[in-house]
Amino acid sequence: MIRFDQVHKRYANGREALAGVSFAIEDGEMAFLTGHSGAGKSSILKLIALIERPTRGQVFVGNQNTAGIKPRGIPQFRRQIGVVFQDHKLLFDRPIADNVALPLIIAGTPKREIDKRVRAALDQVGLLGKEMSRPLELSAGEQQRVGIARAIVGKPRLLIADEPTGNLDPELALETMRLFKRFNEVGVTVVIATHDVHLIDQFGARRIVLGDGRVAAPSAAA
Amino acid sequence: MNVQAWIARHAQTFVGSLGRVVQHPVAALMTMAVIAVALALPLLLNVLLQNSRAATADWNQAFDISVYLDKKPGGARAQALAKQLRSRPDVAAVRVITADEALAQFRSTSGFGTALDALRDNPLPDTVVVTPTLPASNPRGTQILKNAIVAMPDVQTAQIDSQWVERLTAILAILRRVIWLTAALLGAGVVLVVGNTIRLDILNRRAEIEVMKLVGATDGFARRPFLYSGVWYGLGGGILAVLLVAAAVASLAKPVEQLAGLYGSPLRLSGLGLRWDVAVMGVSIGLGWLGSWLAATRHIRAIVPR
Repeated sequence: MIRFDQVHKRYANGREALAGVSFAIEDGEMAFLTGHSGAGKSSILKLIALIERPTRGQVFVGNQNTAGIKPRGIPQFRRQIGVVFQDHKLLFDRPIADNVALPLIIAGTPKREIDKRVRAALDQVGLLGKEMSRPLELSAGEQQRVGIARAIVGKPRLLIADEPTGNLDPELALETMRLFKRFNEVGVTVVIATHDVHLIDQFGARRIVLGDGRVAAPSAAA
Repeated sequence: MNVQAWIARHAQTFVGSLGRVVQHPVAALMTMAVIAVALALPLLLNVLLQNSRAATADWNQAFDISVYLDKKPGGARAQALAKQLRSRPDVAAVRVITADEALAQFRSTSGFGTALDALRDNPLPDTVVVTPTLPASNPRGTQILKNAIVAMPDVQTAQIDSQWVERLTAILAILRRVIWLTAALLGAGVVLVVGNTIRLDILNRRAEIEVMKLVGATDGFARRPFLYSGVWYGLGGGILAVLLVAAAVASLAKPVEQLAGLYGSPLRLSGLGLRWDVAVMGVSIGLGWLGSWLAATRHIRAIVPR
């Protein structure tokens, strides 16, 4: 599903985030990207979602070399990926239902279909009944789950998440990780960037440990 | 995407963008007012131009020919000539102004009264003013008539009095051109004003546009609500412009009627009329759309999520 081949990423300010990263994540796999902050976890996710482009090396997503995707093709490409952001990136002036529906609206899904799928997505993250609430009326954990519902509403085959448990207490964090695990169990490839090593110890998923812009210990599932 | 969903989505965005516009009623009204003023100025000039053309339309038939007779004594010759001219089929009316009458008129209107007293003889000739029939009231018809008159005995010269009408027509043509130029410049101003409003709107919604792009929105999708906002600004501005012109016409109607009354004219100031009203709103909407398209295309492309 995802393959990084000697990927370098140097930002405009001169910081080298990735210095020759290579790894592959299979279809239907669940993988954690770990490492201390600044190790390059976010950079890898941004390269997968085409928010950034590699300075050198190649990134394959879904057997497609992303170097061949022109700016015009990026929107269509992103619709096939569910992304959960660390800062949620919700629209604060819209109700929860509209936030979750956004990817479907963008894709031009018929209204009746949208309503159905939005309810299903909210049900999966345990927020059914909050459709008309505004993001600021919800707790941080609930906001995070709105972001997850939005990421999965389009039924993507690949789900990536950047520090999805960063602002949550341990119990909520565990609950959120179980949620991702459930998506993985129905066949979605899941890639999660997190520094919370204790949390992922409880999951038998593969870890890709990053350090100084390199893959330090590509270990298989324990 | 099926057509029904597409239409429903556009309708929803269209109404939704109205909601956005009225969210900031003062700012929206300001923008619409600027559009209205910019459109109302050339429109009002155009109303005045059209009315002055209507007022002078019947003057275009004023192709009178002034026939000056030889400076010889004897008033009977003028009457004889007049009689001869009246029998022509292309002549509607003939009026004789004797030299004495002409001098008296000149004395009373020119202000040269005392200077004229110094003259021993009347320097003015007898004059016959010939009005052609309506079918002959055109440059060619009057020219034929004039040539016939000049060939008559005792006629010194004949002059078609249409020159000042032609001058007036030329002046009105220039005014018309000036109005079009003004309208074009102010129209460009409307595009810039709407563009600037939309630009600020986009900057305020930068975060929202970023999120949309992150979940797969095309630039076109993100741009659509702003285009509709531009349409709403244009429509509002157009309606205000039509109202402004109507108010200005209403306030000018009375004095114009009084002025026309002094000239014994039944002229009444007429407004834009429904067809112009509709056209103004169409143009205004078009300018609003263009302004928002230019601004939104540029500034939304520049927003790249990080």
